[in-house]
Amino acid sequence: MSITRRIFGGTALAAMMLAGGAAYADNHEPVRIALVVKALGIGFFEAAAEGAEEAAAELGNVEIIYTGPTSTTAEGQIEVINSLIAQGVDAIAVSANDPDALVPVLQRAMQRGITVISWDSGVAEEGRMLHLAPSSDALIGRTIIQLAADHLPDGGQVAVLSATATSTNQNTWIAEMNAVMGDYPDIEVVATVYGDDLADRSYREAVGLMQTYPDLDAIIAPTSVGIVAAAQAVVDQDMVGQVNVTGLGLPSEMAGAIESGASQSFAIWNPIDLGYAAAMLSYNLATEAATAEAGATIPMGRMGDLELDDSTTGAMANPFTYDASNIEQFREIF
Amino acid sequence: MSDTARHIPDRLQSPALKAFKSWETLLLAVAIAIFVTNSFLSPYFLNAWNLSDATFNFTEKAMIAFAMALLIIAGEIDLSVASIIALASTAMGAALQLDVGTWGLVAVGLGTGVLCGAFNGLMVTGLGLPSIVVTIGTMSLFRGISYIVLGDQGFRGYPSDFSFFGQGYVWWVISFEFVLFAGLAVLYYILLHRTNFGRAVYAIGNNPTGALFSGIRVARVKFILFLLTGLMAGVAAVCLTSRLGSTRPTIALGWELEVVTMVVLGGVNILGGSGSIPGVVIAAFVMGLVTFGLGLLNVPGIVMSIFIGCLLIGVIALPRLWTMWRA
Repeated sequence: MSITRRIFGGTALAAMMLAGGAAYADNHEPVRIALVVKALGIGFFEAAAEGAEEAAAELGNVEIIYTGPTSTTAEGQIEVINSLIAQGVDAIAVSANDPDALVPVLQRAMQRGITVISWDSGVAEEGRMLHLAPSSDALIGRTIIQLAADHLPDGGQVAVLSATATSTNQNTWIAEMNAVMGDYPDIEVVATVYGDDLADRSYREAVGLMQTYPDLDAIIAPTSVGIVAAAQAVVDQDMVGQVNVTGLGLPSEMAGAIESGASQSFAIWNPIDLGYAAAMLSYNLATEAATAEAGATIPMGRMGDLELDDSTTGAMANPFTYDASNIEQFREIF
Repeated sequence: MSDTARHIPDRLQSPALKAFKSWETLLLAVAIAIFVTNSFLSPYFLNAWNLSDATFNFTEKAMIAFAMALLIIAGEIDLSVASIIALASTAMGAALQLDVGTWGLVAVGLGTGVLCGAFNGLMVTGLGLPSIVVTIGTMSLFRGISYIVLGDQGFRGYPSDFSFFGQGYVWWVISFEFVLFAGLAVLYYILLHRTNFGRAVYAIGNNPTGALFSGIRVARVKFILFLLTGLMAGVAAVCLTSRLGSTRPTIALGWELEVVTMVVLGGVNILGGSGSIPGVVIAAFVMGLVTFGLGLLNVPGIVMSIFIGCLLIGVIALPRLWTMWRA
């Protein structure tokens, strides 16, 4: 696989393009960034593409190629990435269906001078230059208690409704939340219960919480199943206005709870911001304005800077807060 | 009536005319049309390395399609091939954990394929069950075992020389997979079109009872065909696992339909009895060129599926419409 042969092939190609009177002779060739998603036709990723287009408009002279397979398979993504390598795009930003299977093809892309980053769902370290995580455990832990505190100026009692007792994600977030409880002296966490990420179980646990703690002010559910069930329990128990349900949820599932008032606000990452940040990072790496290495800080436009840790992974931001002011816009998206 | 002697032809059509009007010629014309169109539509298409990359879109599926073509010509089908890939790949990953070397891994992959094929073959020929029902069952069974073994985990860390099968090049842009694909195409051509075994396959597809009474061991031929299909799925599993460098239970998900599409597009009668290996080879190129060409234009995958669907129906309907129009 010698480089000279490739260049030779490329020269023949350039000659062909000239013969065809191509428009590629333009000196101001756009920076072409491919946003490869898990599968097309998913609202979350359509919103991310919207964010990437926003970044392109801001940067100018950037072309976004939004693409992906029809089903969430690694083989489908490899075919898509093969055709992107063939087109010689400047950058590939991928949300991977498989952290390992994409490594060989992405390594080949990097060998051919293409900037490769992963976002949302990561690729193993050797297959990309950096990974953009939507948020970090510490930021999520801080956010879920802050959401409850926002509506409790005088303090009060809160309870946590989690997934299973062995859920790694939820346990980490709750531990991070407990680590910052010192900043909220008037708020007391009275109980942590587990709904096993089952709608009916979560519902019964939420009802139980309200019966056991009549003065309960808020239920924090850091799981999309639990938060919906808890909101329903609050409505059914006629506790709207007394108990505020918050945590992590999906706008499409939580729109009803915001409308009924069972939930004042909740959080989850914002796909538009994520797509925007992925495009900004790709641009900065592809134009060599920044280098991806451990400890580096890379600008991502209006989203601030991305700080890379030892595994060249960085967290974008706090989870985005959804409330009555923006739920209508996002319920259609995901 | 003139007084000259009437001439009675040996054949109704000259061999050249017959070849000209054949399915393979039609397909070849379609393939060339797609190739030329792609060259005009995308400046990136006519590049040796890019075309070489494109062959990976179809080589593994085509290897299975050769064996599947024989099976379908004999009036049977195997829908479990993609699941055999998953199980064979999982078996290779498990062997890797036991520090089995590269050639051991290949043997495990091929062996698993053959065993799965033997299981399908026994159910169909031994118990006399319909192959479509048996292989829909084993489709869930084989992949189900992979899911039980792996869950949401995966095997990785295959030895570096193992990567040759799916990522290696024999000469310049000619990949090992492409050489294997071409070699298997020749072998299957000889098997189907130049041996007694191949003639038996056609006979069984046209009339199994007649074939039986003509002294053909129908069950044995069918069993061998299932073995071959399993073996080819094992070969594809080795190549694909090597290309991905890892194993997950979702590997090759949905490939059974793409393989069957390739076979049918290649002119093999889905009801059995007719078809050819050259047709399947051209169909493999057609499907590979279409997906790669549309990919270069960044056409979304769903539009690509629609295009392949229309191509399949179009190519099948065209000869029939032609005869209706002539009549």
